[in-house]
Amino acid sequence: MKLKIKKKVPLIDQHDKNFMYGGKFGGNYIPETLKKPIDDLTKLFERLRKDKKFLKERDNYFKTYIGAPTPFIKLENLSDYLGGAQIYAKVVSEANGGAHKIYNATVHCLIAKKAGKKYVVGDTGAGYAGKMLSMAAKKFGLKCKIFMGAKDIKRQRPNVEAMKKNGALIVPVTTGSQTLVDAVSECMRYWVSNCDTTHMCVGSTVGPNIFIKICAWSTAQISRELIKQVKDEFGSIPKKLKLINCVGGGSSAAGFWNEFMDTNAEFIGVEAGGPQNSKLHAAPLTNGSKIGILHGAAQYVIQDKEGQIGLTESISAGLDYPGISPLHCFLKDAKRAKYTSASDEDALEAYQLVSKLENISPSLEPSHAFAEAIRIAPKLQSSEVIIVNSCGDSLKDKDIIKQKIGSYIR
Amino acid sequence: MKSNIALAFEKCKKKNRPALITYTVAGDNTKKNSLKILDKISKHADILELGFPHNTPIADGGQIQGSSHRALKNGIKLKDVFQIVAKFKKNNPLKPLILMGYYNLIYQNGENIFLNSCKSSGVDGLIIVDLPYPENKSFSNKCKAKSINFIQLLSPTTSKDRMKKIIKDSHDMIYYISMLSTTGGKLKVSAKKILKNYNKIKRINPQKNLVIGFGITDKTISSLKSANGLVVGSMLCKTITNSLKMGQNPVTKLDKVVYNLKKKIT
Repeated sequence: MKLKIKKKVPLIDQHDKNFMYGGKFGGNYIPETLKKPIDDLTKLFERLRKDKKFLKERDNYFKTYIGAPTPFIKLENLSDYLGGAQIYAKVVSEANGGAHKIYNATVHCLIAKKAGKKYVVGDTGAGYAGKMLSMAAKKFGLKCKIFMGAKDIKRQRPNVEAMKKNGALIVPVTTGSQTLVDAVSECMRYWVSNCDTTHMCVGSTVGPNIFIKICAWSTAQISRELIKQVKDEFGSIPKKLKLINCVGGGSSAAGFWNEFMDTNAEFIGVEAGGPQNSKLHAAPLTNGSKIGILHGAAQYVIQDKEGQIGLTESISAGLDYPGISPLHCFLKDAKRAKYTSASDEDALEAYQLVSKLENISPSLEPSHAFAEAIRIAPKLQSSEVIIVNSCGDSLKDKDIIKQKIGSYIR
Repeated sequence: MKSNIALAFEKCKKKNRPALITYTVAGDNTKKNSLKILDKISKHADILELGFPHNTPIADGGQIQGSSHRALKNGIKLKDVFQIVAKFKKNNPLKPLILMGYYNLIYQNGENIFLNSCKSSGVDGLIIVDLPYPENKSFSNKCKAKSINFIQLLSPTTSKDRMKKIIKDSHDMIYYISMLSTTGGKLKVSAKKILKNYNKIKRINPQKNLVIGFGITDKTISSLKSANGLVVGSMLCKTITNSLKMGQNPVTKLDKVVYNLKKKIT
């Protein structure tokens, strides 16, 4: 069956009655206990997204609290250095908190308030989703609990400190690989037990359908700003435009591309290829993984023949996840977006080059996207435009970078 | 023809006691031991649930996660699970055995292939934790066509309307989750309240066999004995964990624990 993206219909709404995209991705593979809380949340969200007052409230927080719009800048030095395409960056890391996760966190806290919940729980990998949720929870007067893999707690110390400062309780997860995949599982288990009092925020465009929707709807702010900025800069949308974004769960890419869905812009998603010469990676779309069920949704997922979820490895905690948003599975199979991967080493090199030449310093997640931009830019004409979503700042990766290459520049 | 599961409930009703339903994980702590455990505890238990382990379970608490982890570490595969079932059923053809697990393993195996293996090994029923109603309609129909019981779950969050629909679509057994919890949580709701909910569900269709699970141990089991059946799982997994820690034989330990559970409801 050939999948097609419908025009003029938001991507998040292009599912069937079973909440499946393209008939095979997504859905709600959940325990019975979560059926009602998820139904309730679905109804509430559908009501709120049509509510003009709520939208005004959201826009107001996006502007005054998050700091919309985030800058759109030309990377003159990098473009000159590489020769070829003109490279730009959407500096989403300038958002309050330093990454795109703040959009989803803010919207979830607004919804939790409307639902009358006093507690909010969330998962985190790189620590951004957790940091932002703890920030937003503090802002909106909600009590916050964050589930984080023990391995990630060690490697993302600055974000852990930030969460503590915001008054969140961090629950270390010591099962499995002790990374994001286990944090999401543990968070869902917690919600199964506490869904009557607690709102759950899934940190990316993964999980049961409603969480995919809320997250992508929130991060769509990135492209709402960008499409205006692009038109201001070029007069219209350039004929040859590539939008490059890293993908782990896929929340920043979904938001970065959303408003450009019906345009000619090319979408390139960059997965985490893991260490060079290692079989471990976190690139289910690039490496031909099969469809499986993970965290309540059908998606391409790294797994063995039996269906046990596979171990992943990436230098970037935020991309270190065996699954990928059903939205990206849909975009891939409908051939609307292309996916590739960058290795740990490629990402480190890209981080170094961009930090050296420009005033921005991308974290290891967007460094994967920069690696792809650096790879293809010299082969392109100077009339072509590449925009990279710089969705995180390297400061949180200081320890890892120092350990890997001996020094840290920003 | 009546199913083994239906017959087991009839037998218990005649004796005026609930069916004792146990849950252990296939391959915990070894393939051999898990078969021995089934053989032993089937003398006391009326229905046996056997978990096929998954490494990313979203509804299991620490004890069952621990058992699943041990089994997977031993390299247990689906084909081993079916071998255990086949061997058990060879000696105990009438004792109902229910497989319980997560949908991805079935999805990867292929629904039809999986059900054929169930049929040929002698599986009587299936509980799929993350395949709720109505998404499970097509699969549960496939089960029915093969005379395998698909066991629907109900929870304290299930609305009455939804319950009616689920019960209408159910086969010989329905599983009521006692409280908002993963498996093995402490019973945070009083037995009285659980039974009140239980009776509400029974009134929708008194003919259906309704069992209660989650949070049931030797401490709480007798207070719930007016139900049609009671499931004990995490306590058994914990018993295996503890006996391994103490260097004791998990098979004899478990035999004793299940014997005592039975005594409390007889």
